[in-house]
Amino acid sequence: MNMGNGKEKKQTNRQWLFWLLPLSFFVIFYFYPLGNIFALSFSRSETGVLVPFLDAIQSNSVQNVLSFTVWQALLSTLLTLAIGLPGAYLFGRFKFRGKNLLRALTGVPFVMPTLVVAAAFNALLGPRGWLNLGLMDIFDLSEPPIRFINTLGAILLAHVFYNTTIVLRMVGDFWGRLDPKLTQAAQTLGANRWQSWWGVTVPLLLPAITAAALLVFIFDFTSFGVVLVLGGPKFSTLEVEIFYQTISLFNLPMAAVLSLIQLFTTLGLTIIYTRLSNKLSRPLKQRGRKITQSKLLGWRQKTFGATMIGLMVLLFVTPLLALGVRSFTRLDPDKRQTVESVQSGFTTDFYEELSVNSRDSYFYAPPTSAIQTSLLYASATVFFALVLGFPAAWALARYKKSLASRLLDPILMLPLGTSAVTLGLGFIVALDSPPLDLRTSPLLIPLAHTLVAFPFVVRSLTPALRSIQPVLRKAAASLGASPSKVFKEIDLPLIGRALIVSATFALTISLGEFGATALVARPEFPTIPVVIYRFLSQPGGLNYGQALALSTILMVVTTLGMLAIERLRIAEVNEF
Amino acid sequence: MFKKGILILTLVGIGLMGCTNNQNINNEIIEEDAEPATLTVMTHDSFAISEEVLAEFENENNVQVQFLRAGDTGTAVNKAALAGDSPLADVFYGVDNTFLSRALEENIFESYQSPLLGEIPDQYKLDEQFRALPVDFGDVCLNYDIEYFAQNKLAIPKKLKDLQIPKYKSLLVVQNPATSSPGLAFLFATIGEFGPDGYLKFWEKLVKNDVLVVNDWETAYYSEFSRWGGTRPIVVSYGSSPPFEVIFAEEEMSDPPTAAIVADSTCFRQIEFVGILRGTENREMAEKWVDFMLSTTFQEDLPLQMYVFPVNENAVMDEAFVEFLAVPDEPVYLAPEDIAEHREEWIEAWTDVVIR
Repeated sequence: MNMGNGKEKKQTNRQWLFWLLPLSFFVIFYFYPLGNIFALSFSRSETGVLVPFLDAIQSNSVQNVLSFTVWQALLSTLLTLAIGLPGAYLFGRFKFRGKNLLRALTGVPFVMPTLVVAAAFNALLGPRGWLNLGLMDIFDLSEPPIRFINTLGAILLAHVFYNTTIVLRMVGDFWGRLDPKLTQAAQTLGANRWQSWWGVTVPLLLPAITAAALLVFIFDFTSFGVVLVLGGPKFSTLEVEIFYQTISLFNLPMAAVLSLIQLFTTLGLTIIYTRLSNKLSRPLKQRGRKITQSKLLGWRQKTFGATMIGLMVLLFVTPLLALGVRSFTRLDPDKRQTVESVQSGFTTDFYEELSVNSRDSYFYAPPTSAIQTSLLYASATVFFALVLGFPAAWALARYKKSLASRLLDPILMLPLGTSAVTLGLGFIVALDSPPLDLRTSPLLIPLAHTLVAFPFVVRSLTPALRSIQPVLRKAAASLGASPSKVFKEIDLPLIGRALIVSATFALTISLGEFGATALVARPEFPTIPVVIYRFLSQPGGLNYGQALALSTILMVVTTLGMLAIERLRIAEVNEF
Repeated sequence: MFKKGILILTLVGIGLMGCTNNQNINNEIIEEDAEPATLTVMTHDSFAISEEVLAEFENENNVQVQFLRAGDTGTAVNKAALAGDSPLADVFYGVDNTFLSRALEENIFESYQSPLLGEIPDQYKLDEQFRALPVDFGDVCLNYDIEYFAQNKLAIPKKLKDLQIPKYKSLLVVQNPATSSPGLAFLFATIGEFGPDGYLKFWEKLVKNDVLVVNDWETAYYSEFSRWGGTRPIVVSYGSSPPFEVIFAEEEMSDPPTAAIVADSTCFRQIEFVGILRGTENREMAEKWVDFMLSTTFQEDLPLQMYVFPVNENAVMDEAFVEFLAVPDEPVYLAPEDIAEHREEWIEAWTDVVIR
């Protein structure tokens, strides 16, 4: 064995140092609970392990559910890309007034509880929504012409509403760092606009596009709340079916089979993705925003900019705005058949009422306490997700070709494809004895959130880390920089944006998450979404109004949180 | 190595909590350490209690009650069942008669014959072995938009059967029994009324009469019910929903804008139970808590906290609650054994007829 080989081996061994923390976390909080619940589920099967599988595969309804799940996820992903990619181009390449705010607002849907989003769409598109009332007014109709709730269109629109931010952020960020000289060079060499686009820009963007598309697809594929609330009883995804089998029927073996189908589909997709991305990603010369971004110039760019901004405002901001407006309006029951009734009176009652414990309830939580609790869990999630995700992304980028990287890379995505119902019960079954009796610990909430945030962090950071040209590190090292100095001066500035993107995802995932929070909720310390659900589950105008008021507060907190992270500016790419 | 990882994570977590200065949680941790007697009570999401009433129990018994919310009724029962020999809590409140069979089959409760059972009428005691003790009941009933019926000079339906008449076409919104608890209760009401052989025919006619099915109560009530965002003036909800509309009105009102139909054989009664979780190490205190829930102190707190009715005959109900309340004299009866045996089969058959 020569020296070079020995050094390489030492290098590969060192990668386990990076994996130690993330892997331990995964084993304890993911594989262990999941293994436990699957084992328990199949032990309850009277017909062994195999029969439930065969039953599921042969069942017509399972086949229908599976094909619908894939179909709607494909459609949703394509639509999301259709809006997200031009949007990413706008955010990545251009400067315009209000850009940061618009970008933050497009991310707000990500945290909104499904029932609230349903309420927002209902205010716009429901039977008594603005659109229907307007059309009824204009055409003098007696029935609302547009049926929105319980349609495939509602599912698709909601998925686009929720997930476009993933494309905007992941692709937009990457686009913003591409050296424009590359396309300029192609054009100097005689390529026309389209040729340089397809020959240079698209191939360079592909790693980011595939990563974003994969995440969006998995989110749509495992969609639960949107399908349940907006899709209605005629539509069912695997996740909805798992919920039904588990909660309504308590048929755990069947639920486990469906969970496994969902899991392995995710795994299969992720393996294809990782193969692909290993081929696609390459070190790139990165540029700062000063170079890559310009103002919108000329009529073409201006028209494009105006169209995209208008479209994004319409799609993402209007529903949020409708909620906000509704939280300040009192409905007048006498005139509710007209458009005007929607805005029949300004009121701050709902906000004032939030701070009143009108029933002397022991579980009452003032909005400030709910905001505090939410922010506490969210900052813990950001922290955990970065501490665990960074070393993993680092190892993946540094030891790209090692066996460990190739094996572990797809596995890291699994939590996103895992049924929340199944994993939640897994926690109950597995984490039940000291030192791991975390079933009732508040710590379990950020840990569960971290499981979901972790893949986002890895997916955002890895492409950025991989695109750092090794020659930069080597040059710095040969000039006498210590490894830590190389990291600080070379790596950190180059991945600063990606870190911000990761942190933002972790923050929003935690702020909006409801399932895990409800899993072990200490009712004295509810998060904002939990309190919103409490109000929404009771009749009465004041309850509904308070739910909307608190949703508006959640939107504001999220927007501010995202703007604050943007401000952190860990480091901006310097010019070399 | 894993332990070390956890240790680090835990330390970091605690550190973080300190940093963000959330005193509530800090205080609680300290209090928990200083207070040896803790009773853990698991509940469904709708549980509520007033501060005073809880303080009374805590002071009297020198105990701190830690509540755990475990999701809706079905989810909570599943969690209790799966926790097995290491129960999540000492007591579990919130299983109702639609899920009771699962709780009993899974053997999650220890039997306890509370002395207060004498104050509770026999009709609520569905478990003869007293593993699950009745606490309260509420009725799932059709609600209607009073103004709509007045404006359109339409008579209010008196029986479930009326709903299939053409003049009530496109007026009803219900919830999917597979995903919603009031939806399931309403399905049971139709089975009780028309029998296991007749309910599907009734539903076929409802489908012809353009019944709208949504998956959850929130969508039915706030998006489709004509009192709120929708066009349907009849909705499946609770008998106690009309008083909610008054007490939680946007502006003070003297009469509720909605009413419940409580005619004979139109409502389904949900009875909720409490039980001591098998394997508790706190049996004595758990018994005290169960007694407390059956006592008039707690029973009189129930209506305005959770909008359900006390089962204890001696409990006096608050007037604000009773004023707008209609209670069915004769809700639909369905034997618990039948529910236990046919639940899944009924839901499946219903789905085939109404959804597919």
